[in-house]
Amino acid sequence: MAEETPPAEAAPPPPPTPEERFASDVATLPGVTATRWQHGELTVHADRDAIVPLCTALRDDRRFAFEQLMDLCGVDWPERAERFDVVYNLLSVSLNQRIRVVVTTDETKPVPSVMDVWPAATWWEREAWDLFGIIFSGQPDLRRILTDYGFEGHPLRKDFPLTGYVELRYDEDRKAVVYEPVKLTQDFRSFDFLSPWEALTTLPGDEKVFTERAKS
Amino acid sequence: MSEVLPTTRQVEIDSHSINFGPQHPAAHGVLRLILELDGEIVERADPHIGLLHRGTEKLIEYKTYMQAVPYFDRLDYVSPMCEEHAFALAVEKLLGIQAPERAQWIRVLFAEITRVLNHLLNLTTYALDVGAITPALWGFEEREKLMEFHEAASGARLHANYFRPGGVSKDLPAGLTDKIAAWSETFPKFLEDLEQLLTGNRIWRQRTVDIGVFSAEQALAWGFSGPPLRASGVPWDLRRSQPYDKYAEVDFQVPVGRNGDCFDRYLVRLAETRESVKIIKQCLAKMKPGPIKVQDRKFTPPTRGEMKRSMEALIHHFKLYTEGYHVPEGTTYTAVESPKGEFGVYLVSDGTNKPYRCKIRSTGFAFLQAVDVMAKRHMLADVCAIIGSLDVVFGEIDR
Repeated sequence: MAEETPPAEAAPPPPPTPEERFASDVATLPGVTATRWQHGELTVHADRDAIVPLCTALRDDRRFAFEQLMDLCGVDWPERAERFDVVYNLLSVSLNQRIRVVVTTDETKPVPSVMDVWPAATWWEREAWDLFGIIFSGQPDLRRILTDYGFEGHPLRKDFPLTGYVELRYDEDRKAVVYEPVKLTQDFRSFDFLSPWEALTTLPGDEKVFTERAKS
Repeated sequence: MSEVLPTTRQVEIDSHSINFGPQHPAAHGVLRLILELDGEIVERADPHIGLLHRGTEKLIEYKTYMQAVPYFDRLDYVSPMCEEHAFALAVEKLLGIQAPERAQWIRVLFAEITRVLNHLLNLTTYALDVGAITPALWGFEEREKLMEFHEAASGARLHANYFRPGGVSKDLPAGLTDKIAAWSETFPKFLEDLEQLLTGNRIWRQRTVDIGVFSAEQALAWGFSGPPLRASGVPWDLRRSQPYDKYAEVDFQVPVGRNGDCFDRYLVRLAETRESVKIIKQCLAKMKPGPIKVQDRKFTPPTRGEMKRSMEALIHHFKLYTEGYHVPEGTTYTAVESPKGEFGVYLVSDGTNKPYRCKIRSTGFAFLQAVDVMAKRHMLADVCAIIGSLDVVFGEIDR
């Protein structure tokens, strides 16, 4: 029962801040296409096919030492060509740092599984498959995990309606649970909060203010 | 004749699979565990989850940021305020605001009360799972006292909906801090009694020592956090290493186990409960009167009194409860040390009043995945001890 604090990040020489150095170190890894700091968190965009070597490097390189995959999830951007982001949130317990790796994919292109790097990835990959329909290659256990047995569709996609397609009830006559198409007693309401007043920031004749502000 | 007998015996102990749950009292909710057994020895455990899946993440995408807060109570319903804490911090990070001092102290105070609440439930029901009834009867009495504090502050015993992005919903009622202080004096005595019942108990030790051993390397690889990670000997606590709110200003110790078995996980939680009481006392001592939410009316509602007098306050109130606030575009992964471990919120904002994506990193999800590895070659009865020691709650696992 000892009290211990993990050692802080090794202090580099002053000119590049530790953050900059960390980011530039990460940028040299194979497959990294872009790095970005936001809200004190480093996001790394990477090539889909390079995800396994990249993750292995992030785990094994002593400058990074990301021993833990804390989270893996999908994000759906339907208007993009490759609509899905697959987001890996990594944590280094020994160096006390976090990083986020993002790769993109679509419904058909598989993402290599990182289950050999972190065994914990399996269930999160199953979840991403279940909720988004993201395919992970090299993942032998790509079963649905959160939705019902025999569920169809991928509910966290933006084009999947909030109310779903089917509802379930116990049928007294058939003595069984039955699925039926969902019936809404009231139409699903989604309010548009774009206020017309907020769009009107420039009164007619007032444009001068903005053009002059743009000049200076 | 005698040559035939051994073959029939072989058939008898052939592996078979059983369904553990989803309505098993030791499954801590709705866990369906498919166990492949060799006699009474577990060869493979395949947890089936999702029986309590309510689509929280999808629902949050259709709610304003303020409407999303109550969903977090319903994730890990044993430690509601800690879940709200993660969401509040994530939204604050994207908005670029910081809760005022007093709000931060109140949040730390209630996060720790929640931690005691959670650990009391886990320690006692865990003991119940392996056959000790008394701790549960005692512990639930103590929990009731803590829920009264929850009720006094938020109006609800369980689903508090108390923390908000930008502070807390309302100030503590008069006299509550004295009641909490009085409780914090008597509670350590209860912990001693509880410890006396269990720690030295021969049956308890037989059921938990060297059961479900997980090494530090395994715990890291399987994404563990919180007490199970610390029980495996990794000194890691987000309250210490990545402090949020006022955790940097309180003095507490991080208990670390050595063996990574079920017994160590129990010991770590017990020691942590003591530390929580220490933090609660410090919060009460250091808390000063002041505002309990950000004073910018674009993010937090005005008081009732203000609304009766000021037109602007009325407009702000109306706008906040219909449209809500718009959060600037950005992404964040914000994690807190919930009683169970790292509880994270991955929040993507597209600049509107509703989250574009809100992924909830539930702690128990990682724990439950490792049950297969942990329970391998253990007896069937040990599975109950292992699940109990991991402190899983299906509200957060199934989301």
